[in-house]
Amino acid sequence: MLTLTLSHFLILGAIIFAISVVGIFLNRKNLLVLLMTIELMLLAVNMNFVAFSHYLGDLSGQIFVFFILTVAAAESAIGLAILIVLFRNLKSIHVDDLGSLKG
Amino acid sequence: MDIQTLVFFFLSAILIFAGLRVITARNPVHAALHLILAFFTCGGIWALLQAEFLAIAIILVYVGAVMVLFLFVVMMLDINIDRIREGFWNYLPLGAILGLLMVMEMGLVLGSKYFHVPAADVLVPVGISNTKSIGILMFTDFVYPFELASLILLVGMIAAIVLTHRGPKKSKYTNPNQQVFVKAKDRIRVLQMPVEKD
Repeated sequence: MLTLTLSHFLILGAIIFAISVVGIFLNRKNLLVLLMTIELMLLAVNMNFVAFSHYLGDLSGQIFVFFILTVAAAESAIGLAILIVLFRNLKSIHVDDLGSLKG
Repeated sequence: MDIQTLVFFFLSAILIFAGLRVITARNPVHAALHLILAFFTCGGIWALLQAEFLAIAIILVYVGAVMVLFLFVVMMLDINIDRIREGFWNYLPLGAILGLLMVMEMGLVLGSKYFHVPAADVLVPVGISNTKSIGILMFTDFVYPFELASLILLVGMIAAIVLTHRGPKKSKYTNPNQQVFVKAKDRIRVLQMPVEKD
């Protein structure tokens, strides 16, 4: 009889995290998808928090997930605002066009 | 295999598929839509873990607010997809090896029979919902972090507005003061020209 254990959820979180790391490798030219993969990474972390909170019987983990959600929402709002300003100034969000600080 | 396990495997398969589509989708709009699917599925898995409040919160906050913002921005920007996709597959071998390695490492540690955490008996006492216990905890032990979280949201909002604000619009307006005190010689000028003879 296969029942759910903590390992199932932790391995699922690890898989999601690995997917987002690979996503950063693949989409390093695409700032929008980079932001999305960061959100996916935070999702994997949150998954671990919720799983531990359930299996250890401690609600503090879920409170932390709530705070992570808050920070992630603020982060994505500011990130998208920066993207819009970038696009307004450069007419492109291609990473290769952002090398003006390069010596 | 009980129904819970079945639901878990079904949802995690959808979650992994959605995650893979997020990083490989050609069109950023498709990536954003699959990310919405991933968040929604994750809400289901959290409901399976008896975290109802967070399951609803992630759907409301992420699907309802953050991803809609993402979709707006994706559709507002004029993106050259071909240029963004160049060199997409160059780093796939290295990235795939790294990702597989990470999953394998975690699987080795977490999947072994020695990693065993006994499930807590009852997380939420009977008669008190998950939301209520989180609320009680949040307004007693975590009240200062809670206030700080609101401050972070405020800072984020102000920062986003300041970054994207274009300043006041220059419009053509008339000054009534100047209009009242205008003289005829300000408006009309009489020129003295020599008479031309033909």
